[in-house]
Amino acid sequence: MAKLTREDVLKLARLARLELSDDEIENYREELSEILQYVEQLQDVDVNGLKPTNQVTGLTNVTREDEVRDYGYDTEDLLKNVPKVKDHQIQVKRMLG
Amino acid sequence: MSQWLPIADIAAKVQAGELKAADLVEQALKTINDKKEYDAIIATTESRARGRAKQVDAGKIKGRLAGVPFIAKDNFLAFGAETTAASNMLKGFTAPYQATAIEKLEAEGAICVAKTNLDAFAHGASTENSDFFTTKNPYDKTRVPGGSSGGSAAAVVLDMAPFAIGTDTGGSIRQPASFSGCVGYKPTYGLVSRSGVVAMASSTDVIGPLTRSVEDAALVLDVMAGRDDLDSTTIEADDQGYLKIDSSVQGKKIGIIREHMAESLDPQIIDVIDSTVKKLEADGAEITEISLPSLPMALAVYYILCPAEVSSNLARYDGQRYPYSYTEAKDMDDSYFGSRGRGFGKEAKRRIMIGTYVLSSGYYDAYYKQAQTVRTKLINEFNEAFRQVDFLVGPVAPTTAFKIGENINNPLQMYLADIMTVGVNLVGNPAISLPAGEIDGLPVGLQLMAPQKADRELLALAKSTEALLV
Repeated sequence: MAKLTREDVLKLARLARLELSDDEIENYREELSEILQYVEQLQDVDVNGLKPTNQVTGLTNVTREDEVRDYGYDTEDLLKNVPKVKDHQIQVKRMLG
Repeated sequence: MSQWLPIADIAAKVQAGELKAADLVEQALKTINDKKEYDAIIATTESRARGRAKQVDAGKIKGRLAGVPFIAKDNFLAFGAETTAASNMLKGFTAPYQATAIEKLEAEGAICVAKTNLDAFAHGASTENSDFFTTKNPYDKTRVPGGSSGGSAAAVVLDMAPFAIGTDTGGSIRQPASFSGCVGYKPTYGLVSRSGVVAMASSTDVIGPLTRSVEDAALVLDVMAGRDDLDSTTIEADDQGYLKIDSSVQGKKIGIIREHMAESLDPQIIDVIDSTVKKLEADGAEITEISLPSLPMALAVYYILCPAEVSSNLARYDGQRYPYSYTEAKDMDDSYFGSRGRGFGKEAKRRIMIGTYVLSSGYYDAYYKQAQTVRTKLINEFNEAFRQVDFLVGPVAPTTAFKIGENINNPLQMYLADIMTVGVNLVGNPAISLPAGEIDGLPVGLQLMAPQKADRELLALAKSTEALLV
């Protein structure tokens, strides 16, 4: 039975790049434990001989010609939602110390 | 009485010059404004809508939906207003291109007039998870409209436009249709392109119409359906289209889903379903009871797979490429953590962490892989059921619309609102919610399901059923 600790929640938050407040950590610890306990009912289901399903309509390998298509999008237009742009590029914070 | 004619009639009258698209757009905008207090709408696209109406009236745009106003859930990329998915993360986002579904509707002359509220990123069953506000139920303002397409369902029932479009990942079209009192159609997985729609759980996300009649839903589906190079999961539309839906229920085999009519269900909801089934039987349908033994586990499967896919699809909102960014960040890591921690609402963070858990090493086999395998079991059971019957029937949701605030502090309770709708999402089959009656003044829906790609047949049965319900 999944009963998450505070450290478990912090680990998940770290993996998912989420900053959480102390209150949030405690709330999520309880809520996520409850949700995981609910979904654990599947662990007793007999699935012997069955394969997992990833795609439900049976499509496989939908391919197309590898060619350039012009959809008429303008670079400026595609960058207009980006918080910080410099010389047509996305500007981010320093990555290396 | 609705102020709108059937969609096909509106378009025919606009083409014949008997109705002006400009008047229809003003009529829609006026209704939206008059019914502001329901908070169904995030933004109107009025300036663009008026421009398009002029072009329709000048004969420059023609088509099967000429001049017909419609409203899109705010997770569709559309011109004329921001596309926010009701999230702070995307507040300020203006679409650089439009969703294929919107393009197809516009190509036939339809005019988008507004964007509707939803649970942020479509995570929820009530619109209470919207980062902006909660939509009110058209029948009772103290209750939720359902969700996540709650704004779209409320907009149709409040008569703001002849139709709305929404997305259904675990029931997000059908459950609000049931709670608010309209028709909600979830097509076969892949029938409508998701290009340009904010992704939630890609293995179950579908797009569909919310309308006042089955005939309207069929027309909108007919326009939107089919292969799209921009969404490689799309399938071909039925070569007969979706408009030939006049048929008799005579001899049709319909199975009542035993697991959804359990004793725990509200007896008044059982009565509504039973009385409709009796009418179908009196009209010549062959009714049997069908068991899908794994169906009660569908919700558990869904709440592993959906968060897993959500955690992956929401990874792109990292504070660098979309509008919300934590500006006080010292370095890159700080920017990621701060932007995601502050930009996402409670439910998005909850699902991201559940998804991260079930996909992480050590838990992957026990949770994610097991859920994908139980999914196979469920598919086998549905296939077996459809060897015995043509259609399945049951309720849409275990309750009518609940009170605003009633479930918001209990996420698991909120998830249970999806218990009767998630099954077909996992197996990819089409389903429809039809208004089937009222309980204590609140609407209640009936759900019909069909085999994959039997959308036309399902719409035909729904049309016959609708006629029996009047």
